[in-house]
Amino acid sequence: MDGVHDMGGMHGFGKVEPEPNEPVFHAPWEGHCFALNRAMSYAGLWTIDKARAAREELPPDVYLGSSYYKKWELGLESLIVELGLAGTDEIEAGHALRPGKSLARKLAAAEVPNTLTRGSFARPAPAPARFKPGDRVRTKNIHPATHTRLPRYARGRTGTVEALRGCHVFPDTAALGQGDHPQWLYTVLFEGRELWGDSAEPTLQVSIEAFEPYLESA
Amino acid sequence: MAQDYHQDEHGPLHEHAHHEHGSELSEMQLRVRALETVLAEKGYIDPAAIDKIIEAYETKVGPHIGARVVAKAWTDPAFKQALLADGSRAVLTLGLLNRVGDHLIAVENTPKLHNMIVCTLCSCYPWEVLGLPPVWYKSAPYRSRAVNDPRGVLADFGVTLAAGTGIRVWDSTAETRFIVLPMRPSGTEGWSEEKLAALVTRDSMIGTGLPKQAHEVS
Repeated sequence: MDGVHDMGGMHGFGKVEPEPNEPVFHAPWEGHCFALNRAMSYAGLWTIDKARAAREELPPDVYLGSSYYKKWELGLESLIVELGLAGTDEIEAGHALRPGKSLARKLAAAEVPNTLTRGSFARPAPAPARFKPGDRVRTKNIHPATHTRLPRYARGRTGTVEALRGCHVFPDTAALGQGDHPQWLYTVLFEGRELWGDSAEPTLQVSIEAFEPYLESA
Repeated sequence: MAQDYHQDEHGPLHEHAHHEHGSELSEMQLRVRALETVLAEKGYIDPAAIDKIIEAYETKVGPHIGARVVAKAWTDPAFKQALLADGSRAVLTLGLLNRVGDHLIAVENTPKLHNMIVCTLCSCYPWEVLGLPPVWYKSAPYRSRAVNDPRGVLADFGVTLAAGTGIRVWDSTAETRFIVLPMRPSGTEGWSEEKLAALVTRDSMIGTGLPKQAHEVS
């Protein structure tokens, strides 16, 4: 979706402000919010892309006005309510008012060390890769109203396939609960000028990780 | 409450400043506690697992792991070659982690090319080797400017590249994850891996900083 989360190239957000000796979490609730997200995603009721979509679908003013972990909290609430795992009345009350549903998996403390590693998003390929390193490709000018990983600044642009990264879960369908639909993934390299015109830094190159359905031959 | 969004009193430029103030802190503490209580009472989460996740990310996973990877690559040409060929597999051989998630890609800085990592769409970051990302990495200023003004971003970090150094920005738009292999500082010949690792800052592995110089740690 063409939302405010898709920030590449936007102006007006100001300077980057590094924080010396930054703690991992700035308040206990941030750690709890993070861990609740991890524990609930372990249940397998949604994919990483569905969780991302839940945050992207927050109203723009809320997205921009909320701290990072507040967005994670709001996204988690929205998934829990959407899937009927709990009601807004229960979150309001701070207590369960009805019995819980039965979940396929529940994260036990002893299992936590095994969840610190990312899973694999590679999947068997349904067809040979259409492009190879060195090929010139153009990204499609698409504007789906749902989740996609093709950023706006890199749509309708011509670049070069630099590497083939394997066949991976396709975020655009996974976010909708429509399955993995594995697609070949490529690193596609653009010259700065192709993305930003004459104002580009002369030596700039930018790459995106692009799924095959985002690309056509150039 | 779930859909009753409260606008923060500070905008995104103050994402880390406002944690130090009271209003959102107490509001979010209550909100996350309410959610955690509901999820626990429903039987979806084990509070002990929540504590274990927080502990792991506060004490076990962090940039010290990435620093060891870089130091090894500086001292062992065969490892460096393996790291650049298949990051996940090479890191696993170091024995720092039980498992390494798929799709870790190491990119090498040279006198002619400086690499910088960003996720313009959300906050994708190589957790396993760097831990959780700092606030600035997830902030609107960084996500918007890294792809079209990376030299300006570097200036925000007090970093100026040597004249003639090109910039390559990697936008983490899929489940591939990137770590920068910075250049080994001069004057460190014969140093042990452990001593070299002390030169490797988190930001140097994201590409918004450079390693410390030899005199800074000797």
